Amino acid sequence: MNLSLGPLLYYWSRDDVLAFYGEAARWPVARVYLGESVCSRRHLLRLPDWLQLAQQLAAAGKEVVLSTQTLIESESDLKTLRRSVSDGRFLVEANEWGAVRLLSKAGVSFVAGPTLNVYNHETLDVLAGLGAQRWLPPVEMSRATLASLLEHAPSGIETEVFAYGKLPLAYSARCFTARHYNLPKDDCQFRCLDHPDGMALATREGEPFLTLNGIQTQSAGVFNLIGELPALRELGITSLRLSPQSRHMGRVFEAFQAALAGEPTAAAALARVMPGPAVDGYWHGRAGLEHSVQNHA
Amino acid sequence: MPLDLICPAGSLVSLKAAIDHGADAVYMGFRDNTNARAFPGLNFDEAQAAEGLRYAHDRGRKVLLALNTYPQPDSWSRWTGAVDRAAKLGMDAVILADAGLMRYAVKQHPQLRLHLSVQGSATSYEAVNFYREHFGIQRAVLPRVLSLPQVENVVQNTDVEIELFGFGGLCVMVEGRCLLSSYCTGESPNSAGVCSPPKAVQWKDTPSGLESRLNGVLLDRYGKEEKAGYPTLCKGRFEVGGETYYAIEEPTSLNTLDLLPEMLKIGIAAIKIEGRQRSPAYVTQVTKVWRAAIDAVKKNADAFKPAPDWQAELNKLSEGQSHTLGAYHRPWK
Repeated sequence: MNLSLGPLLYYWSRDDVLAFYGEAARWPVARVYLGESVCSRRHLLRLPDWLQLAQQLAAAGKEVVLSTQTLIESESDLKTLRRSVSDGRFLVEANEWGAVRLLSKAGVSFVAGPTLNVYNHETLDVLAGLGAQRWLPPVEMSRATLASLLEHAPSGIETEVFAYGKLPLAYSARCFTARHYNLPKDDCQFRCLDHPDGMALATREGEPFLTLNGIQTQSAGVFNLIGELPALRELGITSLRLSPQSRHMGRVFEAFQAALAGEPTAAAALARVMPGPAVDGYWHGRAGLEHSVQNHA
Repeated sequence: MPLDLICPAGSLVSLKAAIDHGADAVYMGFRDNTNARAFPGLNFDEAQAAEGLRYAHDRGRKVLLALNTYPQPDSWSRWTGAVDRAAKLGMDAVILADAGLMRYAVKQHPQLRLHLSVQGSATSYEAVNFYREHFGIQRAVLPRVLSLPQVENVVQNTDVEIELFGFGGLCVMVEGRCLLSSYCTGESPNSAGVCSPPKAVQWKDTPSGLESRLNGVLLDRYGKEEKAGYPTLCKGRFEVGGETYYAIEEPTSLNTLDLLPEMLKIGIAAIKIEGRQRSPAYVTQVTKVWRAAIDAVKKNADAFKPAPDWQAELNKLSEGQSHTLGAYHRPWK
């Protein structure tokens, strides 16, 4: 079982992005997903910049995957998608079925991303037949459902699980960050730049609940499966996806690497650098915001 | 014919009301979690579905079956069984979201007409054409996230008929790509066929106002003069950056009457009315207004103007007594 760095879901300055991936080259990460998968208005790095980063990371020994935009709305979104597919140098993660069409037509193998909604073995088999070599279950899928799915899964396809980070829960045409500032989406003034880990949304009694990240809504809780490595191994999961956060990402990787090596203090080390309360309800078939340690206490 | 009127049938009474008042087709679900309105007391068993089909077909109308949740691996046969029943009953089409289930339907029932559900999250012609090429879908229902020019671009680049939501509850998120409900309650539209399920709702009168909670999470608190609506998760008031407001969306409904001439011009095949969970009286009122409006726009699109009493009637039925053009109108975004 190895570690993947998921696509950057936030909008950071160009310098911060370059510095982040410069450091990532030294982390214990086998695979790096690059590209803008959330909002087409974010332009500080464009596809040629991501491709250049991809080359640098590949030269540093990382497997590189280009992650495509999840919500495709316009012809210009499709243009970017086609360029990612036609570049041909790197594996591509399809995050909606238009990308699946282009990749299968190009005859190249691809990664089936978590928003393709693969909830059963039959759909996974469709994707495997079209060239998917790796897939991710929807983030809401429980361990039990995943186990049941994998019993009938086609052979040869690898499973990667979203194992750490605020959960990407929803996508909209509306930008909730712009809405907060009373700005129209078309003139959002790129306020996402001021919120490197998204904007906290709490209930009226101050309980952290969600995170606003432009057109994407995430959990406030940080999903964390560091305590579930034996179960993940038993399921035959080959890769864990850790989702970028603005600070201490290197320590997140060190903690997971240590946990994979059986180091008992790894979970405690991770807890110190998490940007929110831990949650793991989805994995246990419950509400996503629940946490098993509290529940069983 | 363009602009077919597709109305919700949560029960046989609603189905008959929709047919009697001018729906070209109705859509229904079976009485389990194979559809995205898996509410207690709603939907059809096999005998009721057969009666509904007879009633509609006798009057030259159609019945579509929503099988638009994502099949779970350990109960896969529940979904394939539903497809088999739909074919046996003679449904005019099944509305599916899951690629695996489409493959099954095509293989077992090649004559069965397939529609891509809004839950399939297809927002581009590349995605729509994927389902066309692989499973021969005849129609796609687009998520409520595209502007009308974006919708037009889809229509112009596919042979698949395009159906749009015209009226009713407004999903702010891309349908099929929203897990807020399961994050809060454990059940989402994709996996359980429900959003903000009634069984997770709690109401409580407190000194600071009437509170609505979903699985314990405070969604809103209402002052004495405020009218409380159903606590759909995305329409609660929350705190962001020190302000309390409808951070995601106000309690409002989608109403696109104003856009009918443009929808006709673009070549939209059908308009869908949301609301299988609503009453037969609601279905009656909404169907009447939309039948009149669609007839009027087809007669003379250039002179079309929604009658004030249509809008007044629809506003009475709307969530929060207000409506929006949603994403079809770009400033909403």
